[in-house]
Amino acid sequence: MVTPLLSIEDIHVDVDGNQVIKGLSMEIRKGEVHAIMGRNGAGKSTLAHVLMGHPDYEVTSGSVRFLGRPLEELEVWERARAGMFLSFQYPQAIPGVQVGTFLRKSVQAVRGDDAPSNKELRMEMKKAMEALGVDRSFLARYVNDGFSGGEKKRLEILQMLLLTPELAILDETDSGLDIDTLRTVATGINSVAENSGCLVITHYQRLLDYLKPTHVHVMIDGAIVMTGGPELALEVEEKGYDWLQPTGTTGVLP
Amino acid sequence: MKEQARDAVGDYRFGFHDPENATIRFDSGLSEEVVRNISAIKEEPQWMTDIRVKALHHFFERPMPEWGNSEMLDGIDFESICYFLKSSAGTETSWDEVPDDIKRTFDRLGIPDAEQKWLGGVTAQYESEAVYHSIRDDLEEQGVIFLDMDSGLKEHEDIVKQYFGSVVPYSDNKFSALNTAVWSGGSFLVIPEGVHVEMPVQAYFRINAKNMGQFERTLIIAKAGSSIHYVEGCTAPSYSTESLHSAVVELIAEEGSHIRYSTVQNWSSNVYNLVTKRGVAHKNASIEWVDGNIGSKLTMKYPAVILKGEGAHAEVISVAYAGEGQHQDAGSKVHHLAPRTTSRILSKSISKNGGRSSYRGMVQVSPKAHGCKVSVVCDALLLDEDSRSDTYPTMEVANNSCGVEHEASVSKVSGDQLFYLMSRGHTEEEAMGMIVNGFFEPFTKELPMEYAVELNRLLEMEMEGSIG
Ligand SMILES: Nc1ncnc2c1ncn2[C@@H]1O[C@H](COP(=O)(O)OP(=O)(O)O)[C@@H](O)[C@H]1O
Ligand SMILES: [Mg+2]
Repeated sequence: MVTPLLSIEDIHVDVDGNQVIKGLSMEIRKGEVHAIMGRNGAGKSTLAHVLMGHPDYEVTSGSVRFLGRPLEELEVWERARAGMFLSFQYPQAIPGVQVGTFLRKSVQAVRGDDAPSNKELRMEMKKAMEALGVDRSFLARYVNDGFSGGEKKRLEILQMLLLTPELAILDETDSGLDIDTLRTVATGINSVAENSGCLVITHYQRLLDYLKPTHVHVMIDGAIVMTGGPELALEVEEKGYDWLQPTGTTGVLP
Repeated sequence: MKEQARDAVGDYRFGFHDPENATIRFDSGLSEEVVRNISAIKEEPQWMTDIRVKALHHFFERPMPEWGNSEMLDGIDFESICYFLKSSAGTETSWDEVPDDIKRTFDRLGIPDAEQKWLGGVTAQYESEAVYHSIRDDLEEQGVIFLDMDSGLKEHEDIVKQYFGSVVPYSDNKFSALNTAVWSGGSFLVIPEGVHVEMPVQAYFRINAKNMGQFERTLIIAKAGSSIHYVEGCTAPSYSTESLHSAVVELIAEEGSHIRYSTVQNWSSNVYNLVTKRGVAHKNASIEWVDGNIGSKLTMKYPAVILKGEGAHAEVISVAYAGEGQHQDAGSKVHHLAPRTTSRILSKSISKNGGRSSYRGMVQVSPKAHGCKVSVVCDALLLDEDSRSDTYPTMEVANNSCGVEHEASVSKVSGDQLFYLMSRGHTEEEAMGMIVNGFFEPFTKELPMEYAVELNRLLEMEMEGSIG
């Protein structure tokens, strides 16, 4: 059997001394699109940050393997270079650093020896930007500095396309997008999903209309309370979260 | 020339070193004899010798400034400094004539290469004097005078006599007095009326010897309606003993002219860098100081503009980087003396590994200066808890028809910014380097491209191995 891209085994995560993730397991393989749904505060971003290696989040028990390697062995940038990508819910502004320079340096860092030449990269960028409906002038602006919500999300997706990840984690990439942008962004995600695994965090069904997840997980209070196929997303959309209960509180799952 | 020089210092206690390389090295220490001998070697007119001697006595009498970093200033041992060191026979106009070891140094610094590609003229100073000097033929044909200051005095004594010390008198401060007493080298530049010099003109200053004092003196006169971009760079090897760099720069921007003066100072961390830079802008003229302070042990430098004519403009964009053991005390002074004059000061500083940076600025608006606009922005970025940043802004506005804006901020690099960049494959050091380069971008973008690239590389190197 092929090693999963990502296998999470019963992790518990503390933030600021509070347990935010309370026993979570999941496996993602190449070609799969996993959606995680859940209300605000359920711990979805925490999971994304833990996977990427944010220093404020501490895994207190359980284990995570990425491409077969224990995750804790890898620094943040090593995870990125090994093929992990996180599209941030709140991307950071880096004043004074031009998008073009940032993209080139990031592609060189992440793709290493396989990085395209400057000329090839310009072609790749042009193509990706056209696909996302991003204007050339974008390249001269400073990273996320004064960007609208939609522009930030487009830049995240543009980076994802250029960094060709093995595992793409998308944290609420759909929130705050108009329907056209949402569709463009979904197209971007789909093109990456063909050759990699995706973990898509959302609290709307909307994005899932365009994405066709292979797995849908519902997260409540730091744990996955139910897993199913695309139909689960529709059910959540219709009925909300109230019929689902955190594990251990009722002990009864439908 | 060599023989003459030897004779001039003949019996004095100032011995020579390396006679085979035609160098003159004065013994360390400062006295009237030293000053008179510098003047004699240069065969200067009497009036210059007289100013030097007067300035020297002023230097001796003048106490050290009591503001700034007194502890570091008091650490300067003026007696251990060599005040004059001549390392080649003369100033050459072809690199082939420059002594091999000196030429190699400038090769390594990329100067001849840059000259070929994008400069209108170059002067390269090594220790006390210029070893190389050239100007493009087309500029010379347009009447642009670009010489090292010693040659300037010889060939254009009348102009030098008229302007020398007119913007920065020797009595201005202790270090302008010192410079006036022992000055040697620097640039002399006159741009004729209406001439626009398109390619930047560059001066490069190199200190090579231990315990060296470098005291160049620069005078730039832009005649009416002319423009010039002057760039300077400086470096020195690292020694455990201290060197002193104390320059004076005077700019005169006549009506409607434009002077931009860019500096990337990268002295080694054993160099005291105590420099007085000031310009006078006449009617509708503009003076821009683009000033980068990356190196040195202690820098005290506040490029100034006197806005003397109506509608004149001053712009001072400066950055300072203070690493371990460094104190960058930098800023700016602008004096609005005439109506409708405008000024913009943008100061950015970064402190790291216990380094200290201070912004010290003064803006004065005189009662006659109606309708002025003043904008002062200073941003400091601290890279760790041990580092320090202070601002000492002074505003004296004696006129209520002026628009005055002032903003100051101190920030820290956020963990989330670093995390964001690291998630894109950049190590912590690379991420820090990007943030630092970005912070300095408003400055870097004002530099010629080649300088900007070099500066970014320099800053990235500063970030290497710096994060535990
Ligand atoms: N950096 C942090 N510091 C303190 N508490 C945090 C931090 N990040 C998340 N939390 C807490 O963890 C819980 C889950 O947050 P989060 O993972 O952002 O949820 P979601 O993304 O599902 O909305 C919340 O109660 C939140 O307040
Ligand atoms: Mg979230």
